[in-house]
This record gives sequence, structure tokens and C-alpha cells, in this order.
Amino acid sequence: MNLVLCLLSTRQYLTAERIRRIVPGYTDAPSDEAFFRMFERDKAELRDLGIPLETGSAGFEVAEGYRIARRDYELPDIDLEPDEAAAVALAARLWDSPQLAGAAQGALHKLRAAGVDVDAAPAPAVQPRVRAAEPALAPLISAVQAGRAATFSHRRHPAAEAAQRTLEPWGVVSWRGRWYVIGHDRDRDATRCFRVSRIVGPVRPVGRAGAVRRPGGVDLLQIVAGSAEPPVASYTARLWLADGHAHGLRRQARVLGRLALDGVDGDLVEVTLPAVDIAARWVAGHGQDAVVIEPASLADAVRSRLLAAAGEVG
Amino acid sequence: MPGGVADRLPRLLALVPYLLGRPGVPIDEAAADFDVTPRQLRRDLELLWMCGLPGYGPGDLIDLSFEGDTVTVTFDAGMRRPLRPSAAEATALVVALRALAETPGVVDAAAVRRALAKIESAAGQATEQQAVVVGLATREEAALTAVRDALDRRRALWIRYYTASRDAVSERTVDPMRLLLVEGNSYLEAWCRSAEAVRLFRLDRIEHTATRDEPAVPPSHARPTDVSAGLFRAEPDQPVATLRLAPDARWVAEYYPVDDVEEVDGGAATVRMRYADLDWMVRLVLGLGGDVSVLEPAELAETVRERARAAVRRSLHLPFSVTG
Repeated sequence: MNLVLCLLSTRQYLTAERIRRIVPGYTDAPSDEAFFRMFERDKAELRDLGIPLETGSAGFEVAEGYRIARRDYELPDIDLEPDEAAAVALAARLWDSPQLAGAAQGALHKLRAAGVDVDAAPAPAVQPRVRAAEPALAPLISAVQAGRAATFSHRRHPAAEAAQRTLEPWGVVSWRGRWYVIGHDRDRDATRCFRVSRIVGPVRPVGRAGAVRRPGGVDLLQIVAGSAEPPVASYTARLWLADGHAHGLRRQARVLGRLALDGVDGDLVEVTLPAVDIAARWVAGHGQDAVVIEPASLADAVRSRLLAAAGEVG
Repeated sequence: MPGGVADRLPRLLALVPYLLGRPGVPIDEAAADFDVTPRQLRRDLELLWMCGLPGYGPGDLIDLSFEGDTVTVTFDAGMRRPLRPSAAEATALVVALRALAETPGVVDAAAVRRALAKIESAAGQATEQQAVVVGLATREEAALTAVRDALDRRRALWIRYYTASRDAVSERTVDPMRLLLVEGNSYLEAWCRSAEAVRLFRLDRIEHTATRDEPAVPPSHARPTDVSAGLFRAEPDQPVATLRLAPDARWVAEYYPVDDVEEVDGGAATVRMRYADLDWMVRLVLGLGGDVSVLEPAELAETVRERARAAVRRSLHLPFSVTG
């Protein structure tokens, strides 16, 4: 704290020796070595906090000196209207991850310190939340910000063997509750999108910083939205549903008529279903309360699932 | 760790300009604004008192005056403005604002854009290319308009709701509290008068709505749900199933919360999964057919086998006239 106040108050660059003489804490350093170790640690801490530490020639001295440029340090005047402050407060609450939520809180503290009243508005009725718990996210974001390629191990689907990938990352995207990293896949020489939760093990930056640039006109959200939504083939099926059961199917169905099956009253319905293997899982889950009439492909798929679940050959 | 060095210095730096702009601010209020306890804030103030400019005489140190439970800065030692937000802080805020700006119906998009422009200019951030993009858009739900209207006008709402875990439809009157957009879905959080508890209702499972002509009055003890650890929190007293998932069923471990995943040869995995409702678990396992086997509990395995046999038997009763 004293170091910041001292360097902020000076126009001239102060050498390390001078700082050692005037800033309490350093004066007690038992040796040169101990002082330089403390000073290096403190400089690194200030830089980590984003404090603009400048170096330059300290008058006639040979050693270089330090100062903090007030112009770069200080948050300029900022004045938010009440509706703008409400938007900022809502934005700061978006994150459900300690790292991002902490960073957003830190920004709010500074805005409050600049005199902005962030909390005047009541909590809005609509509250979006985004989780960011994947360990691979932070190193990927750093790689994007540094403009560096990254290498990682990734499973194409949950059961696939993990394969090593080298990606020139353009950005990470949260889409419908999942995180993706998008960029140029060097191995396949094409634009690719990877689900971050399927990255196994560490993400390592490779190559020099600034080597990766996102091409102009790329809309990351659109790339993810396009690849995350496979086209759904749908068709109409006819089913029998037992009265009072299989509500999940019933709520999407159109009743064609009444039908008793195996002595149980029910409805004959028509329902639009997705691909056979997905629909079969859904229908089979309802067991004896949902029976497929047609198409035969769906009836067969349900039957083989049920036989397998019954412990008989499917 | 609020007392940690890494958290403390940024707070100390922000504290002086904060106090400068609010002479006589109550210490409790300042502590709340910095998300620390009043005790921690007092310790911070004591430390500030010992900081100042070289010379460190009485006229060089930061000076504070206390009156009752309030504090005022009388000498700021040149610390008049807060530090600019760091790159990480600006990113966290800017990305969130952009997400709000691009999501219709959450807040006034014009206000978000104005706020965004001001924050970006103050933070001195490059704006055109962000490393992180968040798409908040959820699917368009028919119930959205009615739910928003009930929230805006603070009206009770009658809903017909499909509960997936019980595969049942029920009707209830709820007192809406807020609309949550979480993990790609929209949920109405409301006090459910039938359950006498706070419940989350997924909007795509609300089948019908009717705004009631009476105010929404959630009881004072109705607390918002903590969704920070995910929507489905395993309750310790819930039963646990041990399942062997074949490669084609591995998605289950990604889609539903599972306790641990143990790799088995050939791409399969053994997982432990908590469930609230036996019928729900039976439906899941039954639908997966041969891609899953129940290792435990025996009751679940037996119920699945019985239901499967009964289902196969029933399908044999289909009259040929229907199958055509």
C-alpha cells in the first residue's frame, strides 16, 4: 500500500535504492538480497493487479527507476444512469463461478469507489446465470487473450478415446449451458468447435504470443449454434397410451380415438417423434404404458430395448 | 479468503476514494459494499491509518475520523480515484453485459448498451474482439409471456405443469418470485401454494397458465434457490444406484449429475447416481435397454426386469386390425 502511494505521488522515477530508504517495511530488510526478493515480489503483485508500473531513467542515476502513471492508474469519471447501473448489477451477478464472479465483484468495488451507486435498483425479476466450472476454461481464455495456440486432449463423444488436438483458439462460447472453444484446428486444417467439458487433462499454450488472430467476420456464437444443433429428423408415429400414464408422451400427442389393450383402457394417439433410437429410448422408458403401433422400425427398436432390459436377448 | 493479501490490497486501494465520495458513511454499509464483514473493514481502516506518503509524519499519513459507527477521510494521501478494472475484471463485466444486450426480454437492451459503452471506455478495454462470448438465448417458450406478465404485475399464477421426474401433470397456484435463465433453460421460481415451498418450474413444461386476479405474496421465509452449484443438488438421504454404462449410454454421466465415474475396459463406465424418484430411475434404465445394467440396488434391477417383461407381453396383445 505504501509502495503504491509512494510511486503514485512521484513524478520522477525512483530507483530501488531510494525506495528502500523511504518506504517502511523495506527499511527493515536485513540484507540486499532480502530487500530485492521483497521488492521483486511486490512489483509482481502490483503488476498482477493491473497497476501500471513504469520504468525509466531516474535523473542522473545509472540504475533504472520506477513510478506509477496516475493517468493510466486512475479510473476516469464514470456516471451511470439508474437503468444502466441496474444492468451492471445484473451483469455482475451473471457468473456462477468463483473466478469470474470474483472478478466481476472486483470491478463493482472499483465502480462503487468511483462514486457509482450500483445497488440502487431492486433485483430484477429476470436473472440469467452462467456457470463456468470447467478447469480447462481459464487456460483457454488466457491462450485466446495472448493470441497463442493451445494443445489439449479431447474426447469427441463421452465414450471416445481422447485425441490430442492443437488449436488456434479464437474464443470460448457459452451456449445453452455448455462451454465450447472455437478456432482453427491445425491437425484437420479447418474451423472446429470443441466442448470444453470433454477436454481431458491440462491445456498447454504452444508457440509465441500474438501468433493467433481471429479472422474478421467470424461470429463465434453462430458457429456454435450451427454445430450444436444437429438437424432433427422427425416423423409421425402412432402409439397406444394407457389412461393416466405416459404424460411425457401424451402432452405432445394428438388423440385419435379410444382403444383397450390387454384389458386396459387407453388412447390411440399420433405423435411427432425424433430419430428412432432417441424415440425408442423415450417410449421404452414408459414400459407397458406406451405401445408402438407404427412405424415398424420404432416398434422393433422399442421391443429390442425392452427384451434387453428384461434380461432376454434383444 | 477475504483477509488474504491478494484480496486485501485491491480493497485498500479502492477504500480511500470510496470513503472520500461518501463522508460519514456507516461502517456496516461500507463493509457490505465491499463484501466483507464490518470487523474486517475496521481492520482495513486501522491499516490505512498507518499508510501514507514518504516522510510518514502526521501530515503524510492517511487520516480518518470516526464518529459513532461512521467514518470520514480527512487526508487521502493522493489516493483520489480507484484503480482501473484489471483485464480480468473488465472481461467478466463486459462479457456479461454483452450477453444481456444480446438477449431480448431480460432487461432494457438500450440501457445495457449505454452501460457497456461507458464501462468499456472507462476500463480502456479493446472492444471489438472478446475472448469470451456468452449466448443466453433459450428456446422460445409459449409460457414466457404469461410468466413475465405475472412477474411484472406481481400477480399469482395458475399453472398446469408437467413434472418429468414423476411423469405427472398437476395444477397449482404459485406466487412468482423470479425468472431464472440457467444452463440453457428458463425456469420460473415461485412459491408453490400446494407444496408450500419454493419450486423451480421449467418453462417448456408449463402447459397452461392463467393469471389470477390476486397479488403474488410469497411468504417472507421463501428464499431464492441457490443455483450456484447446479440445479440438481443431490440430497444426502436420496437412494444411490450403481450403473454400468455401455459406450452408447455414456452421455448419461454427462447429462445427469453423477457422483463418480469409473472407467471400465472397452469404453464402458461404472457410475454412482442419486435419484429422487424410483419410477424416474426405472424409466431411464428401461429406455436405455441393453446399454445399461443395474449393479445396485437389487430392487431397482428387479423392478426394471418386471416392467420390461410386462411391456413386451402387452405389445403382443396388439390386434392386427390396428397394426394394419
